Amino acid sequence: MRAAHRPQQRPRDARLLVVDEAGRMRDAPRARLIECLQRGDLLVANDAATLPASLHGVHVRSGAPIEVRLAGRRSLRVDDVHRFSAIVFGAGDHRTRTEERAAPPALRRGDLLRLGPLHARVLRMLDHPRLIELRFDGSADDIWAGIARHGKPIQYAHLRDPLALWDVWTRVAALPVAFEPPSAGFMLDWSLLHALRRHGIGFATLTHAAGLSSTGDPALDARLPFDEPYHLPAATVRAIEITRRTGGRVVAVGTTVTRALEHAAARAGGTPRAGDGVADQRIGASTRLRVVDALLSGTHEPGSSHHELLRAFVPAEVLARADAALAALGYRTHEFGDSVLIRDMRTQRAAAFVGTPGNEGPAARVGSVESAH
Amino acid sequence: MTHPSDWRDLRVAITGGTSGLGLALVRALHAAGAHVAFVARNAARVASTAAALPGTHGIVGDVARKDDTHRIALQINAALGGLDVLIHNASTLGPTPLRLLADTDCEDLEAALATNLVGPFRLTKALLGALAASARDGGHPCIVHITSDAAVTPYASWGAYSASKAALLHMSRIWHEELHDLGIEVLAQDPGDMDTPLHAAALPDADPASLKRPAAAAAELLDRIAFTRAAIAGAPA
Repeated sequence: MRAAHRPQQRPRDARLLVVDEAGRMRDAPRARLIECLQRGDLLVANDAATLPASLHGVHVRSGAPIEVRLAGRRSLRVDDVHRFSAIVFGAGDHRTRTEERAAPPALRRGDLLRLGPLHARVLRMLDHPRLIELRFDGSADDIWAGIARHGKPIQYAHLRDPLALWDVWTRVAALPVAFEPPSAGFMLDWSLLHALRRHGIGFATLTHAAGLSSTGDPALDARLPFDEPYHLPAATVRAIEITRRTGGRVVAVGTTVTRALEHAAARAGGTPRAGDGVADQRIGASTRLRVVDALLSGTHEPGSSHHELLRAFVPAEVLARADAALAALGYRTHEFGDSVLIRDMRTQRAAAFVGTPGNEGPAARVGSVESAH
Repeated sequence: MTHPSDWRDLRVAITGGTSGLGLALVRALHAAGAHVAFVARNAARVASTAAALPGTHGIVGDVARKDDTHRIALQINAALGGLDVLIHNASTLGPTPLRLLADTDCEDLEAALATNLVGPFRLTKALLGALAASARDGGHPCIVHITSDAAVTPYASWGAYSASKAALLHMSRIWHEELHDLGIEVLAQDPGDMDTPLHAAALPDADPASLKRPAAAAAELLDRIAFTRAAIAGAPA
C-alpha cells in the first residue's frame, strides 16, 4: 500500500475492498458503497469531533521546548476536562517522524508546563518517560478555549501540508473528544446519508474518544489502544435491536465503533447497553463479536492494533490475502486512504452481502481477489 | 426527552450574544433554564456578559473568520455537550453611515457577506453533526437565521446589508429543504425594527421610543421556536 499524501476526505477515485462472508474479495469504487449494503442494514459511525490535541509550549523548570499530545481522558463529561493523559515530545515538530522525535526533558511530578494560554502541572508519570497525566489550571471554559485556540490537530509526517481542524472533522463530527480522527467516517457525507435513507438503510452514531494510533515509541505502541471513554445513545441501541430482529446487519464504521459496541455488549451480557462506558478491551483473533456484523474501515498496516482488530472478523489466511490484494491493487493507506468492508466470517449472524458491485476496469482485475480460497 | 416548549436543559448557542437582540436572547434563555453558549468578538464584553449571567458560556470569536469557525463549534459542543438550537444572530450593517450601492467599496460588500452569509453557512456546517445527533436523540433541533425586512424590500442605501440578508434568507430556505428529512428545523425570523446599537448606527435620528424592545423580539422568537419544535414533536416521524 502507499500513503495517502493529501488530506482529502472523499477523493473521487477512492477504492473499497469488499471481503464477503465466504472470504471472497471484490475491488469496487467506494462511491458504490451503498450497493454493498441492503435494506434493513444499519451503519453505526463515531460522531466524535477531533480535538486539536497537539500543544506546543515550554517545560518551565528546564526551559526546554516541548510538544504535548493529549492522549486520553477518564470520561466524556463536559466538565471533566482538567485531567488528561498525554505524550510529551522534546524539540521539533511533526515534520520529523514520530519515531525520530527527541525525548522530552526529564519530567517530574509537579512540573509546570506552559502551553500557549494554558498552564498544566504534571500530576504523575505513567511508567514511561514520555507518558504523563497532567492537570490544566482554570475553568472548563478556559481550558476548552485554550485548546481550541492554541492546539493544532496531531499532524502526520507523511502529509505535505499541516492539517487544519476542518481536515480532521468528519461530516458528522459533534462532541470534540477524539484525539485522532475517527477516520473511517471521512467517507461519509450528507449526500450518502440521504441515500441511505432512500434505500431503507439505517444510520446511527455513538461518541468514542478515539485515541492515538501511534506514538513512535515501540514500548508505548505496545500499550495501544489506551482506554477510551464512549457514549452510546439509547436511540442507537434501539436501532441495533430493530436491525437484529429484522435480520439486517450492523456495520461498524471504523475500529472505534467496533470497540465501543463490543464493549457495551460484553458488559451487558450480549446486547449493548446505552450510556457511558470506558472501552478497555483489546479486540483480536480470540474475540467473539457480539454485535458487529461487518466493519467498514480504512486500510490498516500489519502490526498495528487496528490491524489486529481485523482478526476478530476473518481468519488469518483471509486477512493475509486481503493485505496482499490491497498491496497488489495499490490501495492508499493512512487516515485519508482507501477503505475495506469486511464481513464477520467467524460468527455470521446475519444475511450475506448482496449486490456487491463488480470490478470496474482492467486495473481492478486481480485473480487472487476474485477467487474464494 | 423534554417537552418542546420547555427550555430547561435545552442546549442553545447564539452568535452576536453581547448586544441587541442576541443579548436579550441570552438573558431570556438563561432565565428560562436553558444551557446557553454565546459568541461575540469582544473578549471583555464576552467576559462581562458571562459573569453577569452565571452558567452561560461565553466564547470569543468572529463568525466572519474561517479560522474561527471550528474553534467556535468546538467550544459550543464542548461547553454544552451537544447542541439543540443554533441562532445565527451576529450581523453587520456594512459600511456606516449607510451609502448608495454605487458608493460602496467591494471590500465592504465582501465583509458584509462574510459576516451575514458565509459565517452562518460555515458555522451551520461545522455544527450539523451535533444538530443531527440531537435529532436522532429526539431533541427536535432547530437552526434560526435572523433576517430583516431589508432582505425582501429594496431600500436605497442599504445595499450591502440588504443583499447579504436576502442571500441569508434564501440560504435558510434551502437549508430547510435539505435538513427537514434529517429532523432539523430551519427558521428565518425578521425581528422587526428594534432599539439596538445596529439600528442606531443605521438610522441615528430614529426615536428609540418608536422601536421594539429587543427583549420583546427575543420573547417572540423563543415562542416561535417552541411552537415549531412542538409541531415537529407532534408530527409523525
